[in-house]
Amino acid sequence: MKHNLILRVIAKYLFPVIALFAFYVQFHGDYGPGGGFQAGVILSVAFILYTLVFGLDTAEQVLSPGVLRILACTGVLLYAGTGVVTMLFGGNFLDYDLLALNPIEGQHIGIMLIELGVGVTVSAIMLVIFFAFAGRERS
Amino acid sequence: MIEQNLSLLLVVIPLLAAPVTAMLPAGRLPWLLTLIVSWTCLVIAGWQLSVVIDGSVISYELGGWAPPWGIEYRIDAMNAFVALILSGIAAITLPYALRTVEKDIPRHQTSLFYAVFLLCLVGLLGIAQTGDVFNLFVFLEISSLSSYVLIAMGEQRRALTSAFQYLIMGTIGATFLLIGIGLVYAETGTLNMVDLNLRLQPILDHRTVHTGFAFIVVGIALKLALFPLHLWLPNAYKYAPSVVSVFLAATATKVAVYIMLRMVFGVFSNDFVRITPTDQMFLLLGIFGVILASVTAIYQTDVKRLLAYSSVAQVSYMVLGMGLASVLGITATLVHVFNHALIKGALFMACGALVYRVGSSQFENLNGLGRQMPWTFSAIFIAGLSLIGIPGTAGFISKWYFMLAALEQQSWLIALVILLGSLLAVVYMWKIVEVMFLRPASDNVASVKEAPVSLLIPMWVLVIANIYFGFYTELTVNVADSAARLLGVAAYHE
Repeated sequence: MKHNLILRVIAKYLFPVIALFAFYVQFHGDYGPGGGFQAGVILSVAFILYTLVFGLDTAEQVLSPGVLRILACTGVLLYAGTGVVTMLFGGNFLDYDLLALNPIEGQHIGIMLIELGVGVTVSAIMLVIFFAFAGRERS
Repeated sequence: MIEQNLSLLLVVIPLLAAPVTAMLPAGRLPWLLTLIVSWTCLVIAGWQLSVVIDGSVISYELGGWAPPWGIEYRIDAMNAFVALILSGIAAITLPYALRTVEKDIPRHQTSLFYAVFLLCLVGLLGIAQTGDVFNLFVFLEISSLSSYVLIAMGEQRRALTSAFQYLIMGTIGATFLLIGIGLVYAETGTLNMVDLNLRLQPILDHRTVHTGFAFIVVGIALKLALFPLHLWLPNAYKYAPSVVSVFLAATATKVAVYIMLRMVFGVFSNDFVRITPTDQMFLLLGIFGVILASVTAIYQTDVKRLLAYSSVAQVSYMVLGMGLASVLGITATLVHVFNHALIKGALFMACGALVYRVGSSQFENLNGLGRQMPWTFSAIFIAGLSLIGIPGTAGFISKWYFMLAALEQQSWLIALVILLGSLLAVVYMWKIVEVMFLRPASDNVASVKEAPVSLLIPMWVLVIANIYFGFYTELTVNVADSAARLLGVAAYHE
């Protein structure tokens, strides 16, 4: 890919746009179509495009397998942890009403947190799967 | 706070522990965390059973959404009983896991291995706890996907093909279950089991309900390894790492039996089973399963495969109990779920000890090993007696109740099949005894030592449990009986 100048430049420009769209889908999922799963996939697409153009080694300097594993685990912990926090506040598991003084605000905070957990885990797992297939020839 | 959230913590604690385990450094730390978690689960499951044993029901609303709209965990005696079996087997398997996993799994994969093991436990416990059919499907997928991974971690490369075969069959089963749930949902508009049961009663003659029922039963039958859908099971158990064979053999098919009971009798109804040919179908498949799987077991030349076919036969007994569709029949099925978990747990642990020392479970490598490994051999012998159903062992209690259930309905054929199954079990267990004890030792086994103590203790705990529950049947029979009655199964009368 060293000589495909146009591809390299376009990929660099596309990366922030795709990532921005991923964050839009993530944080607007509360009001419109979208949510953690879709946002996670879109964000991982940005990294996959980067990897396709600049190579696996460059990409792994940013996101090593160790980092991805921790990210994947953090997402699950964030989701389940939100549920545990609501239990500590005296409610049922994932009863968002208790996360704020006003139940509606609590529902907003709760869904934000768990969708963020989903988003982090999904994008990390997508990249783990992609790197695993892309790295097959090296091992 | 703990008592209020008791039934949920049983699922959430291993769920939280799984990602933590995956992040721990490889070595013994992940094992230690998994051990602590599984013992905590055992305590919670015991506590939960003590709450519901008097026939009361725990209802837990996830997210504070009232059922039937929200997801409900609904614990009665049967759920609590299954959850206790699962967490008990996990708690007893983990001390055994330490040494065998160090041998079977590369060191850098240990933290991932235990994380997947915990996820499998989450899935199985979730199935036992939930009162929502779609939630049940999700947990079934969690447990299935993690068990494919666990099986694929086996040492030989054949483990990959076995896991793939199981993946294909398991996915077809799960898809069928989902299609069935979808059809039933389309008819009733609800996913809550209690609510489904109420709403299905007036429309039990609808074609869509019948089609949904057929999909659900076939889907679960694949997971259950119900004859003739059992072909994925022997290879999966054979090539999996020893500790995975122990855990899955003692839990996975038992949970599928639970799902079958819950869906067929809890969600549909006893009447539905009797007005459709479901009971005859269960009896027919059960009869063929007991005889043909036992005969196939006799012709195996590998201990693990032999035990796997024996599992198929034992599951067929449980299906016979369902086919009898009476309180006694279901009680017998549930008692056997418990006792068979003890029996197969002990046998697969002994088998894993042989593999640990000899590196193979083929008969030709085990000649005369009984004298070198007396403790392992006597564990196989006693658990084998229990499998056959000799009085004084747990296996006898299950066979006794199967006999009672069959004789109550004057089904002499079923009674005969149960006896014949036991006789065939004598033959295939004797094959192991003959190879290990009566044949002269070959040269390569002369230096083999007894298995390490950390393998022997869990194995013998299960062996002693086999004898204990052969004499003290209050726990198993009483809980199973009250579970069968809560399920809405009617007592048999002509």
